[in-house]
Amino acid sequence: MNKILLSFLSLILVISCSKNISPVDSGLETQTFHFGNGSEPQGIDPHIVTGVPEHHLLIALCEGLTTSNPRGGESLAGAAESWDISDDGKIYTFALQKNGKWSNGDPVTAQDFVWSWKRVLTPSLGSQYPDMLYYVQGAQEYHSHDSSQGLAQPSFDTVGVKALDDYTLEVTLNNPTPFFLGLLSHYSTWPVHKETVLKHGSIDDRNGQWTRPGNFVCNGAFQLKSWELNSRIIVERNPMYWDANSVGLNEIHYYPVQNVMTEDRMFRAGQLHVTSTLPSQKCPVYIEEKNPDLRIDPYMGTYFYRLNTKHPVLQDPKVRRALAFSIDRKQLVDKVTKCGQIPAYSFTPPGSNGYEPDTSITFDPEYAKSLLKEAGYDEDNPFPELEILFNTNEDHRKIALAIQQMWQQNLGVLIKLVNQDWKVYLNREMIGDFEVSRAGWIGDYEDPNTFLDTLRPNRGNNKTGWANSEYDMLVEKANETQDQAKRYELLNQAERILIDEMPIIPLYTYVRSYQLSPDVKGYYPNYLDHHHPKYIYLKRD
Amino acid sequence: MLAIFIKRVFMAIPVLLAVATMTFFLIKLAPGGPFDAEKAVSPQVLKNLNAVYNLDASEWEQYTDYMSGVIQGDFGPSFKYPGRSVTEMIASGLPITFELAMYAILIALVIGVLSGVLAALKRNTMLDFIPMAIAMIGICVPTFLMGPLLVLIFGIQLELLPVAGWGQLSGDKILPSITLGFAYAAYIARLSRGGMLEVLNQDFIRTARAKGLTERMVVIKHAMQGGLIPVVSFLGPAIAGLLAGSFVVETIFQIPGLGRFYVEAALNRDYTMILGTTIFFSAMIVFFNLISDLASLWLNPRSRDV
Repeated sequence: MNKILLSFLSLILVISCSKNISPVDSGLETQTFHFGNGSEPQGIDPHIVTGVPEHHLLIALCEGLTTSNPRGGESLAGAAESWDISDDGKIYTFALQKNGKWSNGDPVTAQDFVWSWKRVLTPSLGSQYPDMLYYVQGAQEYHSHDSSQGLAQPSFDTVGVKALDDYTLEVTLNNPTPFFLGLLSHYSTWPVHKETVLKHGSIDDRNGQWTRPGNFVCNGAFQLKSWELNSRIIVERNPMYWDANSVGLNEIHYYPVQNVMTEDRMFRAGQLHVTSTLPSQKCPVYIEEKNPDLRIDPYMGTYFYRLNTKHPVLQDPKVRRALAFSIDRKQLVDKVTKCGQIPAYSFTPPGSNGYEPDTSITFDPEYAKSLLKEAGYDEDNPFPELEILFNTNEDHRKIALAIQQMWQQNLGVLIKLVNQDWKVYLNREMIGDFEVSRAGWIGDYEDPNTFLDTLRPNRGNNKTGWANSEYDMLVEKANETQDQAKRYELLNQAERILIDEMPIIPLYTYVRSYQLSPDVKGYYPNYLDHHHPKYIYLKRD
Repeated sequence: MLAIFIKRVFMAIPVLLAVATMTFFLIKLAPGGPFDAEKAVSPQVLKNLNAVYNLDASEWEQYTDYMSGVIQGDFGPSFKYPGRSVTEMIASGLPITFELAMYAILIALVIGVLSGVLAALKRNTMLDFIPMAIAMIGICVPTFLMGPLLVLIFGIQLELLPVAGWGQLSGDKILPSITLGFAYAAYIARLSRGGMLEVLNQDFIRTARAKGLTERMVVIKHAMQGGLIPVVSFLGPAIAGLLAGSFVVETIFQIPGLGRFYVEAALNRDYTMILGTTIFFSAMIVFFNLISDLASLWLNPRSRDV
């Protein structure tokens, strides 16, 4: 019996041990792109899901009015072939693609967009990104309606989105919003196929089965072929897509590889064309080895420390500034993060759509010490111990250790490090149960507003307790200003207030580090890390 | 035997009920909720979401609603993955975890029993020391080291086997099965060696030899039946453990099994998913323990009266 089993096992081993052709090699022939997608996507309902892996799938499957430029910068035509903006900058008239079709062959019409936006704004759907549309007239009022108060839901006619005819969509905004076109490349504003959604549930059904393979209908360059949970999602070229001729790939296989080391090994073994990220400890090694597959691209994100301005010690801006000016950011990126990150001296990363913040935070321990003294702390009144809160992660720990040492060395301040599981960390930040906490912010669209808006009072993502009416007024005024130069000047003023008051301490600007096979063409670095797969193809040099 | 079986099944019901109830209330005590995210959702949206998932009802109401669903086999919708039910997700991961566990157990049994029995028969020779030393290493080297090591050698250096995946490329099931099986093989080798040594010294073995049976018959027919009882008792919890605890191997090899759901559900505060997987795994543990107890009874008639 044992002998039989043994020979059976050795047979399996021998059969399987013939050299395999790797998926990357075979992909070249079939134009199949193997994509490391980080984690299992929550789903593909663009109005419900949030997150980066979901975005990677949706950008292939569906298309908004505009699409983000693969090389960064101005948005390109998507479901809309062109658009007109009124002189006051408040009315956008979109002309839809005449041959725009859903993957089942139905035409994509202006009414589809009206219904889709109505769906996002339906409170009972529980969409987590309705604020993307709050710039549209009446949208916030419609969404914020509270049915428990017994008042009837206002009619959707009060919202500024109208289908003038099948192929003309008119959108009226509250204010001229210069970044509105960029905002439309966010998936929460993308259309869904009304008949398909309603066939499998109601307008506000979160658990409808319309997103399953076989049911799913959308208007992107690819269509859903199969979905093996936690294993692989396959999308294939959509022949109905209006620009199908310029699509190079036949299939994309998305792998939800959560373990970064596994992903790295899969790439090295030729199972992936691109990885979602890089094990941080490998980055300096690959840089030194001059690994030709390593990519370090600019990324519109800031790593920063949030300060709880309601805390008795941290409510003094002098203390907050002292903490910020005693950090050597250059050393932090050179010696700790070591993967091409850029020291940050403003909240908004420089170069966001031409915006260059003119703030600076020099590394000046003497000045920092004098600030602490001015705030009333000296030998007689020593500075109390502070706590840095971060979510359990080796990289966050290393940074926190470095900051702990810098503050201890340069200011004589004692720091305690506290790591918590992700949800506990989020909860403590939300209820304000922290002193200093690590944070990161990635832009949703290429405009400084996506950063500066978050620190306005009453914004859910502010979390610092900081409120400054002048800052608020400047950001508000900037959004009403059409002239980009004037607008950026107003935002710059706001940014200066932010750095003077320092409710957050910027540490570094993120980079996107990952590995890319040299076979992949048309995959360009861009600030938002949006890579529209319709421009990608595979070719070996 | 039937009476024991029925008794044990009835005992399982309150155990599972207690597990479900405790888990239900314990997860609510953990800070953070399923909808907390780095980009905070507005209070309005949170209120809407709580209403959609019945989280605005009283705890007791939520509990009774949930339990009445569970009795009908419905573990509710996942919070993290809208549109997917917990039952469906368990059903998608179970066959894969089960397949992996079976391969691993098979490898563990073949290697473990063979080397254990051999070591016992050739006690205090090299045939005893070498397999037992390897077994000791197998027990000490954790799967998170063994897995990547095997991948490095067979996947990346020799390019013989795929480094990750399950059922997508030929041969991708081999490395994870060996990784997982090896740790258990080591335990089984030590258990079977111990069991065999004890049995080989007993009178009935001497009688069998005296009857003139070949050594082979003595070992296979007489010694192994008693000598492997510890292995059989170990198999029940081992299979249950393999089903619940292959998270590390599943993560290293990118295998879409149940273990990953279980751990990730806890991190995501996906309440229904945590409950569903916990209840399911408890049922598995109870079931396999029962099977292994029954198998031990069958192999060892003496314990039936106890």
